[in-house]
Amino acid sequence: MTRFLAWTAFLLGVLYFLLPLVGMTEFSLKMRRGEYSFDAYRRVFEDQRFWDTFGYSLTLAGATIIFGILLVVPTAYWVRLKLPQARPIIEFITLLPLVIPAIVIVFGYIRLYNTSSILPLTGSSLGTDVLLTMGYATLALPYMYRAVDTGLRTIDVATLTEAAQSLGAGWITILARIILPNVLVAVLSGAFLTLAIVIGEFTMAALLNRPAFGPFMQLLGANRAYEPPALAVIAFAITWGCMGLIQLVTRFSKHERAKV
Amino acid sequence: MAFLELTNLEKVFGANRVVTDFSLGIEKGEFVSLLGPSGCGKTTVLRMVAGFETPSSGSIRIDGQDVTGQRTNQRAIGMMFQAYALFPNMTVADNVAFGLKVKGVPRDEREARVAEMLRLIGLPDLGSRFPFQLSGGQQQRVALARALAPRPRVLLLDEPLSALDAKVRVSLRNEIREIQRELGITTIFVTHDQEEAMSISDRIVVMNGGIAEQAGAPFEIYNNPRTRFVAGFVGTLNMFAATVEAPEQGLLTIAGQRVALARGEIAARHGDTVTLALRPEAIQLGRAEGREVVIPATIEEVHFLGSVIRVRARVMDTMVALDTFNRPDQPPPSIGSTAEISFSPRDVILLP
Repeated sequence: MTRFLAWTAFLLGVLYFLLPLVGMTEFSLKMRRGEYSFDAYRRVFEDQRFWDTFGYSLTLAGATIIFGILLVVPTAYWVRLKLPQARPIIEFITLLPLVIPAIVIVFGYIRLYNTSSILPLTGSSLGTDVLLTMGYATLALPYMYRAVDTGLRTIDVATLTEAAQSLGAGWITILARIILPNVLVAVLSGAFLTLAIVIGEFTMAALLNRPAFGPFMQLLGANRAYEPPALAVIAFAITWGCMGLIQLVTRFSKHERAKV
Repeated sequence: MAFLELTNLEKVFGANRVVTDFSLGIEKGEFVSLLGPSGCGKTTVLRMVAGFETPSSGSIRIDGQDVTGQRTNQRAIGMMFQAYALFPNMTVADNVAFGLKVKGVPRDEREARVAEMLRLIGLPDLGSRFPFQLSGGQQQRVALARALAPRPRVLLLDEPLSALDAKVRVSLRNEIREIQRELGITTIFVTHDQEEAMSISDRIVVMNGGIAEQAGAPFEIYNNPRTRFVAGFVGTLNMFAATVEAPEQGLLTIAGQRVALARGEIAARHGDTVTLALRPEAIQLGRAEGREVVIPATIEEVHFLGSVIRVRARVMDTMVALDTFNRPDQPPPSIGSTAEISFSPRDVILLP
């Protein structure tokens, strides 16, 4: 009886998640009347704006990931090594982006960094791109910090640090050659989650008026019928692809298998 | 001045004084063990030498150079940890080469040194393996090779054998000592295992409550403990209450038997009660030549340990442990039987 209930709950869950996806995918294939085709996908891929916005978002995702790693890995490492008492505060700060809406953050940015401020980042394209990267890094902070912190939990940070120090290594060597490679899978998890967030983000990019993938999806959705679900399927495929990559990296990382 | 000179080291954590006025000079090539129970401050002393802890006061000099304020990575020390601490992302060879890479040693020289180190620890073919593919003993050997590869001035061993099983522990401790002798490297070994410390050290420093109770060769520490703590901590000890009869002649009474101490005069008054101690191996079951003091006892416990039989016997109100060699033609005494035990006054230790 328990088994039956468990299977029923599982099937209901699967239907709840899969039905909308199946419906959306089916609709995206119905552009040609009376038969299934990839016309909507072809139209999306033929649109130059798709490649431009996708390329832009991908570049910013790369910049966000690099900035995120440089910010989060040393912070999480230092908190674990020297400031364990500061951990609740840091965790609280990293959770803030989940409760503060992106629109509030971006309006804060615009007020602080407008053209009449000391640091007029919104005055140039590059400055706005930098601002948008910082915004993306803030949005991704909860995921990146937790991923890296979980990775650090699997290794004896203090002893490895002391061992490296006794062999003459300084902080940068320790971080780059001991800590980072040992939490690489965790960092990559955080990086792929960041990529998924950046690719689909709309609010910040739209309000800072940048040609990102999120606003393009919204624009397409407002004017077309079949292309938006095709785009949504593509976005899902990118996200799932990222998750698959996380699994793949974990599987192929030889020393990581030892921890399992 | 000694090669490694620790002078008046103190370490205070908040209101807790962990190390008090610790001074020690270690000669070049000497193997010194810091021995003591958990929380006695031995690891803190080692960590101050390594540079992981800053002394609250006092100084540390290596080869005449004051390193008290120096960071760990500037001290040219090698260290082995209880938890191996091999870098999991690197192969054995990369682990051993790490210190050399940090020092900027050229590739050819580095590879030769790594091969030399792997030969030294008896694992010349395991360079391409990852740490998780090795046993505990092999991992600790690699940790030793890694610590020795950059030719450190001092080797620090922080209970490196504690995580290993008994057999590996014995063989590895002998290997460590052999390699240390071969390279002539000044070594500090921290342990709470007295047998380990006694078997491989040139000198032992027995620590208790943050102070060095006694420093000396293992033979000296074992046979002439200067404090009651050292006597009790190093080896097993039987203690007897004795009454002073004639202090100027070292004459005492134990369980109704008169004993004249070999050392002669003792600093006590007639009628005082003093504590005497005897090692288990100094007491013989039955009478024996040269063991003039004979006391009746009741056998309470018999533990057959293979080559040795440990007997616990009651002498008046005191339990006495004594060791006797196993002889196939002489079965162990039965529990509850009465017997005589004997010892020589020469073996008696008068505790302060």
